[in-house]
Amino acid sequence: MSSPETSAALGADPSDASDPSVMSDPPARAGWSRLSYAEGMALGLREALASDPTVRLMGQYFFGLTPWRRLTVDIRERFPDRVWDPPIAEIGYVGTGIGAAISGLRPIVDVATASFIFQPFSQVVNEAANIHYMTGGQTRVPMVIHVNHGIRGGGAAQHSHSPQAMLWNTPGIKIMTPSSARDVRGLLRTAVEDDNPVFWADHAKLFDYVDDVPDAEERIPFGVAEIKRAGTDVTIVGTSLMVRRALEAAEILAADGISAEVVDPRTLVPFDTETILESVGRTGRLVIVDECHQSCGVGAEIAARVAEHAFDALRAPIRRIATADVPIPFGRPMEELVEPSAAKVVTAVRSLLG
Amino acid sequence: MSTLRYIDAIRTALDIELRRDPSVVALGEDVTYGGPFGATKGLADTYGTRIKDTPISEATVMGLTVGAALSGLRPVMEVMYIDFITLAMDQLVNHGAKLRYMTDGLLQVPMVIRAQGGARGSMGAHHSQSLEAWFAHVPGLTVVAPSTPADAQGLLQSAIRSDDPVLYLEHRGLYWQKGEVPDGDDAALVPIGRAIVRRAGSDVTIASWSHMMGAALAAADQLAADGIEAEVIDLRSLLPLDLDALLGSVGRTGRLVIAHEAVTQGGLGAEIAAQVQERAWAELAAPIARVGAPFVPPPFAPELERAFVPDVDAIVAAARRVLDTPSRAARPSPQSVEA
Amino acid sequence: MLPDLPGEELVAQLRTMLRIRRFEEALIRLAADHDIGHFHVYVGQEATGVPALALLGDGDVAYTTHRNHGHLIARGVSPAGMVAEILGKATGINRGKGGTLHLASAAHGFPTTSSSVGGPLPIAVGSAFAFQELGLDRVSVALFGDGALEEGAWHESINIAAMRKAPIIFLCENNSLEALGQKANEYPSSTLAAVRLTDLVDPFGVPAVPIDGTDTRAVHEAMAEAVQRARTGGGPSFIEARTVRWPGNRPLWPQLLTGETDVTFAWDPSGIPAEHERWWSQQDGLLRFLRELLDAGHVTREQAIAIDTEARDEMAAAVTFALESPYPEAEEAFEHVFA
Repeated sequence: MSSPETSAALGADPSDASDPSVMSDPPARAGWSRLSYAEGMALGLREALASDPTVRLMGQYFFGLTPWRRLTVDIRERFPDRVWDPPIAEIGYVGTGIGAAISGLRPIVDVATASFIFQPFSQVVNEAANIHYMTGGQTRVPMVIHVNHGIRGGGAAQHSHSPQAMLWNTPGIKIMTPSSARDVRGLLRTAVEDDNPVFWADHAKLFDYVDDVPDAEERIPFGVAEIKRAGTDVTIVGTSLMVRRALEAAEILAADGISAEVVDPRTLVPFDTETILESVGRTGRLVIVDECHQSCGVGAEIAARVAEHAFDALRAPIRRIATADVPIPFGRPMEELVEPSAAKVVTAVRSLLG
Repeated sequence: MSTLRYIDAIRTALDIELRRDPSVVALGEDVTYGGPFGATKGLADTYGTRIKDTPISEATVMGLTVGAALSGLRPVMEVMYIDFITLAMDQLVNHGAKLRYMTDGLLQVPMVIRAQGGARGSMGAHHSQSLEAWFAHVPGLTVVAPSTPADAQGLLQSAIRSDDPVLYLEHRGLYWQKGEVPDGDDAALVPIGRAIVRRAGSDVTIASWSHMMGAALAAADQLAADGIEAEVIDLRSLLPLDLDALLGSVGRTGRLVIAHEAVTQGGLGAEIAAQVQERAWAELAAPIARVGAPFVPPPFAPELERAFVPDVDAIVAAARRVLDTPSRAARPSPQSVEA
Repeated sequence: MLPDLPGEELVAQLRTMLRIRRFEEALIRLAADHDIGHFHVYVGQEATGVPALALLGDGDVAYTTHRNHGHLIARGVSPAGMVAEILGKATGINRGKGGTLHLASAAHGFPTTSSSVGGPLPIAVGSAFAFQELGLDRVSVALFGDGALEEGAWHESINIAAMRKAPIIFLCENNSLEALGQKANEYPSSTLAAVRLTDLVDPFGVPAVPIDGTDTRAVHEAMAEAVQRARTGGGPSFIEARTVRWPGNRPLWPQLLTGETDVTFAWDPSGIPAEHERWWSQQDGLLRFLRELLDAGHVTREQAIAIDTEARDEMAAAVTFALESPYPEAEEAFEHVFA
């Protein structure tokens, strides 16, 4: 958990955390705080609002319905005039965000559950993504569109989407898919200051993960992958929550003497292909773990690129672990069967190492 | 056999299925008039109120189409430009595609969504996209994209007879192309999920669909002039993909070029490449090359549109690139690949 | 009736209306020889757009539609740059990447132009939202046709605007009066169950007035009141400006069915062709405005002819400029995906 000061400052009650294990984390080193992912989000939002008077929050379900939603109370109290609660009108308020961005604000628009992005899809892909291009560079749309994506547990077919692969096929919109408190906070600062629409995909199952976050302000550049764990035998690429699954898998594999390197691209647009190619150049093997449906998912594009550009370095076919190509079922045993997991990654890695 | 233009073949398919099955209806903006290109022209004279004009309300009309399909009709909805399907995504992706699954098969959604697209004729960023990869990412949908008049008729007939939602993608650059179509109610039927070899060859496989097939075949002609025999496969069905046909061809040629008009990044070519590199690991002699549009919205100016749409030269260059890769001994095959 | 404005301002508005009319006529002639894609013209609506937009100031924004040419000229955008854009030339106002559907000039208060029906409505609300938040004394105008009211985006936008008391004017140009629509094989007209468009506004408590879009006084007064309301915190307004559809706008592609405009029709009805007598003598807002200016003595026949000649010459020069302009370098296609 965060330091008591930070925690209090953020208005978070540690007992809100749904995972009690985070309570026992060691204290942070000097100049750093131990923050949960959700606290990293809140810190980034707070810093963005404090640093630029044109930043606005449109919507307030950044933390979904998790206990962390209490963090929004703190933000509202600190910035009472900067948060707008729109009606249930995704087309209307995403469009409002676009127009507001055109006319001088830097809105962070919360569409809440990623499945809802299909309501304002035209506003996102036809309007926001195209405006700078269609106007020949005259008009900019500096906005952030936030969602919580993925299989959150019991979300069934209409609350479990990971739409980032579809948006990756849509020129004109940047995409960030952070996996840690530090990354979400640092990437968000960059996103808010970017003059383009940015799609910010969080995952509710990330909220409780605790990491070291520098106390000083930090902006993490887009398009720079991070090697989250170094290894030599196989490269595992994941984004968002799947970075955690990859790290869990690497831990299990290490017990077997298999050294897995975990690469987190952190942003899909722009995308750091080079770091992955460099890693695969060393390991010769690649497993991609992706919470999108497999067909035309994020993993497909990564696999196609690496298969083309690391053809000679690859010592085995690239394996994809993705969500099965079915709508997401409600019941937990079925949900577990279709979603990517550390165990599936471990199996895939073992298959490649023969 | 009759010689039909692609757009006439679409109308013929609608005509046959409307006549055969009283539950078939066609709806969309201005469809009684014929739609913007005349695909439904004249059908209202024969079928009266079964051809229905709708308001400019894509989201609601898509929902209405889903509801009609749930309730005994086989609706064929026309989306005037594929770009406008973005306005109806929630009804299509969250409802139409999922209802059979969510109700454990209690409901079925026998609907067809016809949508035309592609960058042709300087229509700019809101009227020119190729969006098939979005829908090939949606479980529960079937996606087809015919390239010939015969397939246009046969796949549309199959789509209308399907008990599941089918997205039927037309390319307006194909509308005026002519071809032979078998006569009769059932003679033209083309099964969904089956690719077809348009040209046999042994040196390299070129996989494509829809309008890009023309460029793929032209590229094969150019390569043949240099003694390179390309096998050209028309996938036709994009979800499900006929991977077996593709793997069979790549097994013979060892080399694959995928050509599509959509943006390369995140396009269907990525999915095909990802599957083929995994399943044809041992047979692949060279990296798989993808030819597609750059990561930019469709521009308006004719010069810029030409720069945006991949052409014959790009396919030829990609084929030469994969052919220039020196063939090498069989790659190491992990046990699991054999298993 | 004429607006209560100084004579020179009214004559300036006449000049702008004639420039729009001659621009559109030149474009229709140009389209006969050059493939400029599907386009939409503002003929017959000049008497709405010109007096309405004349009330906006620097910093005010307007979001228009596929039928945007008249709006841009009304706020001072260069016709030469517009024709160049429509031809996809490097000198076009969007550098060849927008075309007729997306003509925009941020410097003139048109930040972007969407061709997705209803798409710009919430974006216009967003600009109004920003003006409120930033404490700016500015107005946002959504310009749209009656068809946009068929989209769900309309409902969401008016609701948000009303809740926020946002400084926005919804200026609906209902150009469907006497439109024959698709039943007569002509361009569609609106498909709305509501008989009175203002009924769609009433539940939101937003002032809504229907006006004759060819009555410049009515347009001026309704718009002046709406601008005043917006600037003083009174919130949104809705204006329905009704115009008869110009016969040349009935076919799918605009045609000079009525012949070109002849300003002498304003004082010499003997030259008016019988077939379009009602249009030229009763329904064309531009000629109505000219007649009223002549009657009031603000302009003479000779002055009107001189202004018209200047407008024709300007548009001829604009077309020449555009035709002689170079196409963009193909690499331009890759610019401006991101800022």
